[in-house]
Amino acid sequence: MTDKQILEWKNRFAVAGAWLVAILFFFPIFWMVLTSFKTELQAIAIPPLLVFEPTLDNYTLIQERTDYTQYAWSSVVTSLGGTALAMLIAIPSAYAMAFSPTRRTKDILLWMLSTKMLPAVGVLLPIYLLSQKLGLLDTKIVLVVIYALINLPIIMMILFNYFREIPKEILEASRMDGTSTWNEITQIVMPLAWGGIASTALLSVVLCWNEAFWAINLTSSEAGTLAALVASFSSPEGLFWSKLSAVATLACAPIVVFGWLCQKQLVQGLTFGAVK
Amino acid sequence: MKYLRTTAMGMILSLSAISFTVADEITIATVNNGHMIEMQKLTPKFEEANPGITVKWVTLDEGTLRSRVTTDITTKGGQFDVMTIGMYEAPIWGSRGWLEALEFGAEYDVDDILPAMRGGLSHDGNLYAAPFYGESSMIMYRKDLLDAAGMTMPDNPSWGHVKDAAAAMTDRDAGQYGICLRGKPGWGDNMAFLTTMANSFGGKWFNEDWTPDLDSPAWNHAVNFYVDMLTAYGPPGSAGNSFNEILALTNEGKCGMWIDATIAASFVTNPSQSKVADKMAFAQSPQAVTTRGANWLWAWALAVPSGTQKKADAMKFMEWATSKEYIELVAETNGWAAVPTGTRQSTYDNPKFKEAATFDEAELKAILSADPSNSTQDKTPYIGVQFAAIPEFQAIGTAVGQQMTAALAGDISVEEALENAQAAADREMRKAGYY
Repeated sequence: MTDKQILEWKNRFAVAGAWLVAILFFFPIFWMVLTSFKTELQAIAIPPLLVFEPTLDNYTLIQERTDYTQYAWSSVVTSLGGTALAMLIAIPSAYAMAFSPTRRTKDILLWMLSTKMLPAVGVLLPIYLLSQKLGLLDTKIVLVVIYALINLPIIMMILFNYFREIPKEILEASRMDGTSTWNEITQIVMPLAWGGIASTALLSVVLCWNEAFWAINLTSSEAGTLAALVASFSSPEGLFWSKLSAVATLACAPIVVFGWLCQKQLVQGLTFGAVK
Repeated sequence: MKYLRTTAMGMILSLSAISFTVADEITIATVNNGHMIEMQKLTPKFEEANPGITVKWVTLDEGTLRSRVTTDITTKGGQFDVMTIGMYEAPIWGSRGWLEALEFGAEYDVDDILPAMRGGLSHDGNLYAAPFYGESSMIMYRKDLLDAAGMTMPDNPSWGHVKDAAAAMTDRDAGQYGICLRGKPGWGDNMAFLTTMANSFGGKWFNEDWTPDLDSPAWNHAVNFYVDMLTAYGPPGSAGNSFNEILALTNEGKCGMWIDATIAASFVTNPSQSKVADKMAFAQSPQAVTTRGANWLWAWALAVPSGTQKKADAMKFMEWATSKEYIELVAETNGWAAVPTGTRQSTYDNPKFKEAATFDEAELKAILSADPSNSTQDKTPYIGVQFAAIPEFQAIGTAVGQQMTAALAGDISVEEALENAQAAADREMRKAGYY
């Protein structure tokens, strides 16, 4: 076998492996969408049905029972709001850490990241009480603040990595010309790291959209997001798989389309700027 | 100037008109069960009859509902004006003053509520939650399979007879299992069932001095019987099964017998959900050494937290949703087979209901025979059939449930599981200061 043939075979294996991984990741989504068009009896059939007469009853029922647009609007507002607030804090902080590092900068970053390891339920009661005292229970504001705070460590880490890749000489040159810190951030750093900032923001939107714990525990009838809507369709006594699949499909659809449109930027964000 | 004055007057009048028509909004927390969904659909009827009140629903899964309403009630969050709670919470929360005591007018006919339900939702003679639907447990079995095996099912079978029937109906090659029982860990999952089984074998959760009794021969006998029977005649993966998983198996025709909540009868006899709807029959829960505590008692009930600012409106809604008129409204809309059962004697007296529900007699008999204050062979200090109505029980029940699941999965022996369970229960009770 020649080197060319070996390379071809390697490529084929790589492609086959990529397809296998892609199918493995896509299968649960495919099954969720498929189940959403089944009746409850078809959804629990053993062996599982691949061919069946599809029904739109589950989607009709969701429209009858819930105000989908209210939940979707909450998801949009809290995801974008949480991301905007986090970026507002993270950009100047990451700038300071990247361009004026101290001996403890990396330790601080690591400490911030370690807060992500704290189980959310551990701080549920204090946050619940704080929200209650401030009259923020069941409001979008509380979710915006929480989402900004929980995503801040990851956003900071990614932005820090992006900012570090900007040559310091450019900033030094601008300082020689008398640029203020504000102008340095807004007119030099941000345009140079725009790709990284955009991909980080996109990643944050996805994380906010998928967040369920705080949405379920801090909202009730006014500010519930799509994640809370999905959770409301599970039932302790009764079959609910096809209905749950339909509502999950409706909850995922906007973010899947959004992710598909912004695929390139998202991958860049997920790889922490390593592929440059 | 005149134009301005007219405009201002118009605005004031419009605003007053708005303030007159703006309704009081009450928020109700509930679970996603069929009867609750129906209640949500029929809520516009309540709003029409009570123009000053609008109703907002918050539907949560059972675990989240429990933690949300507990957090809300303990912190006086005021998020909910009406809460869906169970028979476990009602007396405990009522005794702590977290719930409003209920008083109804004559037309509500509180005496029509089944005595077992009223007793289970009361504390010191005060009713703290109105039952929306109630349930006990019973055997739901495939009459066709039992006939084919040449066996019959008495109305009050023994555990020995049930085991024989399970053996006769099992055909593993055909994917047919003689008996399906809960195995998933949880105080409301496997332990609800296993407690009734242990009760009938003469077991109990606590002795009179509050020391746990899980290392008793009665528990040992009951759990060994359960593990052996389910391993031999149950479906694979029983350790992960609870109500919904077994409902799916039964509706697919895979289970010969299922011992679980009476509410399941309406699902397994519904042709749109079940492949074996016309083949199902019912009997009382099996017994061993005692007739006490063999079948559980549970109610999903509506309660008004004492922190609500809208008590009058909340009470009005609760009264409507748990009234005889509401049951008739459901019957008019969806037929008598779809009404919430297990709460009122008048439902079971109604000939139209008797005609529509093939399980009515078995269900009523099971509910009436369950007595939370006398559910064990020996005397105990606690109230409750499938649970002990003390705040520590949730943690103890779940810890014990995990041990039972481990024994069922074959990870540890029954003896080891019971030893661990006893130690866990003892630790919790000591910590809580019972002894």
